[in-house]
Amino acid sequence: MKIVIIDYGAGNVFSVSTAIERLGYKAVLSSDINEILTADRVIFPGVGQASSALEELKKRGLDKILPTLKVPVLGICLGMQMMCAHSQEGGGAEGLGIFPMAVRRFEGEEKIPHMGWNDIYGLDSPIMEGVDESKVYFVHSYYVDVDERYTIARCDYMGEFSAAIKKDNFYGVQFHPEKSAEIGERIIRNFINL
Amino acid sequence: MLSKRIIPCLDVKDGRTVKGTNFVNLRDAGDIVELALRYCEQGADELVFLDIAASSDNRATRREWVKNISRAINIPFTVGGGISSVRDVELLMECGADKISINSAALARPELISELSYAFGAQCVVVAVDARKEKDGHWYTYVKGGRVSTGIKLYDWIKQACDRGAGEILFTSMDHDGTHSGYALEPLSVITKMVDVPVIASGGAGKVEDFYDAFAIGGVQAALAAGLFHFGQLTIPQVKQYLKDKGIEIRL
Repeated sequence: MKIVIIDYGAGNVFSVSTAIERLGYKAVLSSDINEILTADRVIFPGVGQASSALEELKKRGLDKILPTLKVPVLGICLGMQMMCAHSQEGGGAEGLGIFPMAVRRFEGEEKIPHMGWNDIYGLDSPIMEGVDESKVYFVHSYYVDVDERYTIARCDYMGEFSAAIKKDNFYGVQFHPEKSAEIGERIIRNFINL
Repeated sequence: MLSKRIIPCLDVKDGRTVKGTNFVNLRDAGDIVELALRYCEQGADELVFLDIAASSDNRATRREWVKNISRAINIPFTVGGGISSVRDVELLMECGADKISINSAALARPELISELSYAFGAQCVVVAVDARKEKDGHWYTYVKGGRVSTGIKLYDWIKQACDRGAGEILFTSMDHDGTHSGYALEPLSVITKMVDVPVIASGGAGKVEDFYDAFAIGGVQAALAAGLFHFGQLTIPQVKQYLKDKGIEIRL
């Protein structure tokens, strides 16, 4: 099992790799296209700003490679958002377009970022197996709309949004499984075992 | 619903944790990785590590213990103490820190907040503020472990910090810290109404009711405590069960 975490200078790669090590696997941190093309599982993390992260991806030619992958790919947080069509963040940025949904900024009475442990529900995917309605850790100011075709977990913060999405071999989670205690570890293990 | 967070804080010196009363008389409360794991098992929602003896000499040491924490725990953690540049933060992020907190360096050079927020995103920039109420009836920010007044008014500073891209405010009342007499509810309720970002209450927790008041009256998103947990006067499950019973949304 070769697990590659895409290391493109805009991700929480160390946390993700230590989470995988705690599960008893090894992960390769790389932005090398050959490494990524020979992986069995690809994890696409991301923290920070969409537009600058997308620039980093483009610089490495990864924006072209990622959508062509056939193995299971897991986008985390900003990684998930970048797999969508368009983000409002930083004046607007075109995403990878794997998912058609837009990425919007939270608006309303509650504090932004949406930060902390919130409930996920409407779970519908093998990567959510054994995860009953649970609390997982979120940190984000932008969110992906619910789309019946792709949303496999929901969360509510000033309205419903996608906590997790899936299309073919592409998975995205808005929360941080690597920071969501045992529940998060379960989700990462499920992804590896797909 | 989004849960209110309970955050143990570990003051770190040379890779070990210490906590004193009113920031003096430091006592050794043990090994940080062991303590961090114990807090995770007990249901801590996040951890904060404040490097109280941070200097350029021990940056390599700090990288080592931050990595060890990141390898050991599966919840988010914040590292603070002596952070004054984008490069400092970059090194900590590479070691697995989720958020960083800045305090005196931001007061000395407020642009630091904007720089960090731009480079890493607001969500990982915690602006920690220590304050006291002075004789004129106003709250002022303090530096040097709460010993030196900056002359900058608390609310003005917090507003500026948020305008510059702070993602979270960690407010410590130096008048309450270590007293175990409850959080500073008056400034907390002003701050939580004033800002759009999450606020963490710090300083003064002594009993379960204090946590309830911080959430119900202070309006905070998270409450932090140190010595109280380290020396076992209260455990995290005790605090969380009490809050749950009182109808506060909590992760058990």
